[in-house]
Amino acid sequence: MEKILYLAHTDSNGQLPRIALEVLSAAQKLSKDLAGSTLMAGLIGGDVKSAADQIAGSGAVKIFGVSGADFNESRYATDAKAAEALAKAAGATIVIAPGTSRFARALPGLAFRLKGSIDTHVSGIAVNGAQLDIQRWYYRQRMVATLTRAARPWVLLVDSGAFPACAGAKGSANVEAVAVTLTDADKRTKVTGVQAPSADAQTIRPDAELLFVAGAGWTKKQSDGQIHGKDAEKIILDFLKTSKASLGSSKSLVDLGAEGEAVLSFISHLNQVGQTGATPRHPKGLATCCHGEEPHVVGWRFISERRAINTDANCGWAQGKADVLYVADAFAVMRKVNELLAKA
Amino acid sequence: MTIAYQIVVCGSLVPDPLQTLEPVQGPTGPALKNEMMLPSVLDPWAGHALFEAANLAKQNPGSKVTLISLGPKAKLQQLMMTIAQKVPFELSVVDGSASGFMDSGEVAAALAGAIQKLPGLDKTKLLVFGGCSSASRDAGVTMQLIAEQLGISDVFLGVDELKVQADSSFQLLERIEGGQYQVSTCAGAPAVIGWATGNLPEPPNNPQVGMANMRGIMPALQKAAPAGFKADKIRFASVELPKQVRQTRIVKDTPVDEIAQEIVTWIKG
Repeated sequence: MEKILYLAHTDSNGQLPRIALEVLSAAQKLSKDLAGSTLMAGLIGGDVKSAADQIAGSGAVKIFGVSGADFNESRYATDAKAAEALAKAAGATIVIAPGTSRFARALPGLAFRLKGSIDTHVSGIAVNGAQLDIQRWYYRQRMVATLTRAARPWVLLVDSGAFPACAGAKGSANVEAVAVTLTDADKRTKVTGVQAPSADAQTIRPDAELLFVAGAGWTKKQSDGQIHGKDAEKIILDFLKTSKASLGSSKSLVDLGAEGEAVLSFISHLNQVGQTGATPRHPKGLATCCHGEEPHVVGWRFISERRAINTDANCGWAQGKADVLYVADAFAVMRKVNELLAKA
Repeated sequence: MTIAYQIVVCGSLVPDPLQTLEPVQGPTGPALKNEMMLPSVLDPWAGHALFEAANLAKQNPGSKVTLISLGPKAKLQQLMMTIAQKVPFELSVVDGSASGFMDSGEVAAALAGAIQKLPGLDKTKLLVFGGCSSASRDAGVTMQLIAEQLGISDVFLGVDELKVQADSSFQLLERIEGGQYQVSTCAGAPAVIGWATGNLPEPPNNPQVGMANMRGIMPALQKAAPAGFKADKIRFASVELPKQVRQTRIVKDTPVDEIAQEIVTWIKG
């Protein structure tokens, strides 16, 4: 009989982030489908009471918590210890947790300490009789595998967007506190802050409806034989401002900076989408001045509706990678799009 | 105070991203069609880790960079021809599959074992670098599992910047959600760092560096220890290419105004 531990951490407001609520619904489904299993919850944070109340009605038979100032911050040594204590308190055979940057760093350590296994970027879960199968992608979203493991404990880190967020589980929870003893060695690392772009320069918006990708074409010579970098910057920033889209870029555009060529000042490696960048999840994506080569497009695996603007009718997007390809000058089209959005 | 670091970079080969990949069933599980024939490159994030390691070593005289690569010897030899001219390093090789379908736990155990066997290993000066995840398995767990086996509890993932402070502590920028960085300080070595892209461009080829590296590379390849993978941890039910190919509607010879209006309607829909 599996003992399922749903593991989550609080955000800076003491609440569970959206991805944690998505993974809660995955944990609930898993518990329902695995006959005889027990669902428990484990929470880590400065103060976990509020988060526990968010999941009071989730069906977890117990909610364990590790809390205190040392657990408010995202740090490998303390997070791994907290997770270990929670998993041991629950006697977990399966640990299911959101694939946040905090847990992506810490939970492999949990798997090691439990003498268990870990799989990350889980995008699907299915129960086949008494067997748990998971789905995850390999070779940067080039191929998808369905797999299982016999060994326990098994730690699963689930990607965002794979499950609907659990709603209606709020209530008043009773948290069973789990004590964790820390040493000075656990606190050699100190979190000193978060470096965030200013609100105007915020171009990466994980919850945006639209991903807007800028390719290297924006910085190349246009039909008049000139480079229009400043125009490109203005058009793109105006569009991001009015549409609230998230900005992605191709590797070639990001790399231009390192090669000393003209660049868009607000683009960095953090914006890079594709084989060596991010694989964001947005309902829609619009690619501009980007050829749609395979190493870039693998980063679009989880973009549902895809459109592209390119002057080349035979570019990669035309080869079944986009729903619509507009063969046109992106400068002209996006200027007009901005005009229309401003009027709306 | 300058410390002579022992910087170990874990990095191996992955198929060239421009290659078409197709899964096939091999004798011990899934594999790539013609895997041994596919052109390979150094795993991109591990490459960044190597360049950052070399840069840190340059700034801290007496530091040494060791690249530990787990992969088929023959393919690693080809790979070394392309990266040996980039930065100075010593090579240590573990001979085994570099397939993305291998279990991270087995890979980490092999790499940690190789690190522990490095002559003159001093953990107080040890920095273990690698990519934050590979372009093959993309699990992002190997570095942490190595840290656990080496007993190192300061681990950072998705790092774009490491600065050594005057007191030998580090300041690190780690990627977190929403295009932000978590800023941390760490008391110093030992630490395990999974790099993202960092801030350095790919170094130009330097034939002198290449010649110096190659003197150690060939003996290292000859001395490669077998990884001894069991490959029995994961049972794959299937590995498939995504089937969805879109019916692309190509809109051309259409006025800009009309295209813009269609895009706006779609965005707002």
